[in-house]
Amino acid sequence: MKQPCDFLSESVRIAENAVSLRQLEYLAAEKRRRTQIRIVRTMLLVLFLALWELMTQLDLIDSFIFSSPSRILACFLQMAADGSIFMHIGITLLETLASFFLTVIIAVAAAVLLWSSRSLAEVLEPYLVMLNSLPKSAMAPLLIVWLGNSTRTIIVAAVSVAVFGSVLTLHTGFMQTDADKIRLITSLGGTRRDVLTKVLIPASIPLIISNMKVNVGLCLVGVIIGEFLSARAGLGYLIIYASQVFKMDLLVMSIVILCLVSTALYQLISMLEKRIKD
Amino acid sequence: MKTKLEVKNLSYSYHESTGETTALSHISFDVRDGEFFAVVGPSGCGKSTLLSLLCGLLKPEEGSILIDGIPREKSRAVIGYMLQRDHLFEWRSILSNVSLGLEIQNPRHRFPFARANAARRQTEEQNRRDLLQMLRTYGLEAFRDARPSQLSGGMRQRAALIRTMALKPDILLLDEPFSALDYQTRLEVCDDISSIIKTQKKTAVLITHDLSEAISVADRILVLTARPGRVKTILNIDFGPGAERPLERRNAPEFSNYFNQLWKELKYDETTV
Repeated sequence: MKQPCDFLSESVRIAENAVSLRQLEYLAAEKRRRTQIRIVRTMLLVLFLALWELMTQLDLIDSFIFSSPSRILACFLQMAADGSIFMHIGITLLETLASFFLTVIIAVAAAVLLWSSRSLAEVLEPYLVMLNSLPKSAMAPLLIVWLGNSTRTIIVAAVSVAVFGSVLTLHTGFMQTDADKIRLITSLGGTRRDVLTKVLIPASIPLIISNMKVNVGLCLVGVIIGEFLSARAGLGYLIIYASQVFKMDLLVMSIVILCLVSTALYQLISMLEKRIKD
Repeated sequence: MKTKLEVKNLSYSYHESTGETTALSHISFDVRDGEFFAVVGPSGCGKSTLLSLLCGLLKPEEGSILIDGIPREKSRAVIGYMLQRDHLFEWRSILSNVSLGLEIQNPRHRFPFARANAARRQTEEQNRRDLLQMLRTYGLEAFRDARPSQLSGGMRQRAALIRTMALKPDILLLDEPFSALDYQTRLEVCDDISSIIKTQKKTAVLITHDLSEAISVADRILVLTARPGRVKTILNIDFGPGAERPLERRNAPEFSNYFNQLWKELKYDETTV
């Protein structure tokens, strides 16, 4: 998949080689369109925030219930001053990354195991499907009883949200590896292990990364569920705490930060994906 | 000339829960050393099954395969297999792709504590030199660090041949290796590759559904019947000296005679079934 900016720089390169007037016109129009989109995108956000702020200032909506951009900012600055907000963000981030790496490692290992034994895969398939479709939030209270009120519980909850679907996706992907490529390895005298290391894993890198994109989001969901139930720190804890003491500024601010965190994590993996493709 | 490959009374069936399909039934033939042997037949006659049996991907249910008089399973002969598509790995450079077979045969990291002895290191060095020599001979030297997608269809197929030849096979099995190419490239690559195989004096078995391709490259052609595959006939092809290359053969006057002969064999088979 080509990123828009790649597409542009490539077009510019072509244009340098053979600059026809039509091509230049086309490029200019394309550039104009992109700028417009960027402007409208930014305007939308600015407009939304301005409208929100204005309506609370004019008392059209209650800023105690709906909060307001300025109150959110004030809340953030106050918590940034004593550093507590960074501690909460850091904890959520750490738990998310820990569960994410665990999920990826477990999922790849389990999918390879299922691939290597058809019978095992057939035996386990219905259980995996069941565990995958089970709402994991239902399991969280159980996990608290079993594992206690700790970070461990949160990480296990997050892994359980992401790992089963991931195993199923990866296993399906592994099974779709071109049979002729496997024949090729066998005809060159390769074993099952050669198939794994020389075809299956390298060919599945794009699949594993696209699956990582899904996992990082799901792990964040799991961490927040976990923090709702058993935490004394983290963004999920802040949200629950804020709703209980009716600090809506704190609540909305936590959600905004969560938005930014999840976007940042997703972008991080997109960058990794791009680097591997090049 | 001595016999390289002997197939005796070979049968094979596929088993599924819905039933049994006999793919090959009592096939016998032999291929001489250095001969280019082609197998043609209607689609579904078990041509690919035959190749899978020859290269050991499938075990025969009945009958035997002998290489230099020794049963296939016990023989230490190397069999090279060229598939329909080149299957070059996009995540490897051309050099790394063509050395795939060597890499599998001489794994460097399987015994991390065993130091490769001098003799083995020397063989590896020799193999590497041979590989680079082959890339040079077949015009791929400039592309050794390129990705497969940067090569034309013909060049890719040549790279696939080098990958197979790198293991110095005693017998080369070709499973419609040109069928994925467009017509013009196909004629060129066929010419190219069969010349390489003939100059190297390799024994080759080519499976194809393209009759003119078979006539243009083979010394003998085995015609299989429709499913289950049986030996219908074995045709000797002789264009005499001066018409060795496939493109020359296609222009020779005997070509259409051979084509008609082969066509009749296949057609007669269809009307009787």
